[in-house]
Amino acid sequence: MSDKKPERRDFLFTASYAVGAVGVAAVVWPLVDQMNPDASVKALASTEVDVSSLKPGNTITVLWRGKPVFIRRRTQEEIAEARSVKMEDLIHPEKDEDRAKNPEWLVMLGVCTHLGCVPLNDKGDYDGWFCPCHGSHYDTSGRIRKGPAPWNMEVPKYEFVNANTIKIG
Amino acid sequence: MSDHEYTPKSKAGKWFNDRLPLLTLANHLTDYPTPKNLNYWWTFGGILTFCLITQIVTGLTLAMHYIAHADMAFESVEHIMRDVNYGWLIRYIHANGASMFFLAVYIHIFRSLFYGSYKSPREIIWIIGIIIYLLMMAAAFMGYVLPWGQMSFWGATVITNLFSAIPLVGEGIVTWLWGGYSVDNPTLTRFFTLHYLIPFLILGLVVLHIWALHVPGNNNPVGIDIKKPSKDTVPFHPYIVIKDGFALLMFMIVFAFFVFYAPNILGHADNYIEANPLVTPAHIVPEWYLLPFYAILRSVPDKLLGVVAMLSAILILAVLPWLDTSKIRSAVFRPLYKQFYWILVADVLILGYMGAMPAEGLYLLIARVATAYYFLHFLVILPVLGLKEKTIPLPLSITEPVLGGSPNMAMAKKKESKIE
Repeated sequence: MSDKKPERRDFLFTASYAVGAVGVAAVVWPLVDQMNPDASVKALASTEVDVSSLKPGNTITVLWRGKPVFIRRRTQEEIAEARSVKMEDLIHPEKDEDRAKNPEWLVMLGVCTHLGCVPLNDKGDYDGWFCPCHGSHYDTSGRIRKGPAPWNMEVPKYEFVNANTIKIG
Repeated sequence: MSDHEYTPKSKAGKWFNDRLPLLTLANHLTDYPTPKNLNYWWTFGGILTFCLITQIVTGLTLAMHYIAHADMAFESVEHIMRDVNYGWLIRYIHANGASMFFLAVYIHIFRSLFYGSYKSPREIIWIIGIIIYLLMMAAAFMGYVLPWGQMSFWGATVITNLFSAIPLVGEGIVTWLWGGYSVDNPTLTRFFTLHYLIPFLILGLVVLHIWALHVPGNNNPVGIDIKKPSKDTVPFHPYIVIKDGFALLMFMIVFAFFVFYAPNILGHADNYIEANPLVTPAHIVPEWYLLPFYAILRSVPDKLLGVVAMLSAILILAVLPWLDTSKIRSAVFRPLYKQFYWILVADVLILGYMGAMPAEGLYLLIARVATAYYFLHFLVILPVLGLKEKTIPLPLSITEPVLGGSPNMAMAKKKESKIE
């Protein structure tokens, strides 16, 4: 092969294989992409929640994109506890001020960042949440403090539409 | 194929066989020369074929009544259990059949480990077997999701989230697997499709597994190469067919015990609660046959490394023929390997038990030691043992240990000492 000079036929073979490969890829992509979230799933991207009945120290769980979202109206002690933590003590350092713009309200995905279980309220060594699956402890800001989870619970995009209504997404 | 040429007796048979040699194939399968010293540990290949066919037949019939939709799946399973004629029986056979399938495959795998059936020239049979085992785990996992109970839902969530450990693309892959932002209806329908497909892939691989087996022929408890056909072999039919059939009957008694007397003992009560994305059950535990790997996953404190360790624990088996440096196949002639073999069996059983217990305190410590030992066995003990171990001299044929005290044995021993 190597001592033979490439001829017209070799070029035609290579060109045919290349065109064939592009053709196969073009057919495979729709078959792969059909598994991604469809238009109807994407259309459910935002949810509005009435939080007027929530008292300090209460949490409600709502469903957003099939996932639970915790909305907690925090007590002054919880806020103080969350804000007094030193950054170097955190596994995934994030300021409570950045996680809860309005300190009274903590809105986050109720999904453990380890393998996706729903952590339990008011449990664990840090007065926040505890995941029963593999033992991750979260603090009053939803930050991971102990256990196998790598990150803090995610804060989704949300806003107060008015004083009583939170729009998630 | 058989060493002798086969010609069908009837004229019509000959006419057909000249055009499609199916009769030659059938003749090869019945006359296939088999070592005459195969023990009952060799009957699990036939038992596994039975398990696969049972799962396919019961699965097809269940699919006639099951509805793969997040709003209806749970109810349709209850409908099968209460309304469909013999639905309870078919579903219990299918659900317990999965456990029986894994029971048989573990015995089959550990038989290979004891008698060195994975060694040259049978590496391809072994690797195809490992691929079948991986597909079995995928099929079992996806099948467990279909009833859409709490364990279905949260098992699916935890296992698919394993992929999120992959750096950079992990989250994208999980969303792609789900077809959404959580386990939901699109996930259920694709799992149903794949659960339906995989058994037929396994069936195809089983054909390759048996084809690859029929090239060198069966290994045997003595683990030496034999001439075939010869006085050391018997034809597959009727000798092995009868032996396999008897073992299958014994196996079916165990199978029937679970189906009729303890159909839910291997399952979890939580799966009779419909899936609820807002509440996670207190203890998420996989089915018993996945517990050793679950224990390995949990014994590593880092998410990515835990997943890597779990996958390596399975994939390490595929390179086993090259990790085991000993040329002697059967553990009967390897006094040290035999001991390490039983330690490995105990280690895997301990891992299984730890996988069912909460991952904390002493349980976690034991799981970590057992995980370390598992890898030590394959990566250190096996390669070193093959070079250092002093093995027992092999007999010249499989007839020799049966007849006992034959002059060949003394000759063989003399030969051995001369070499040394």
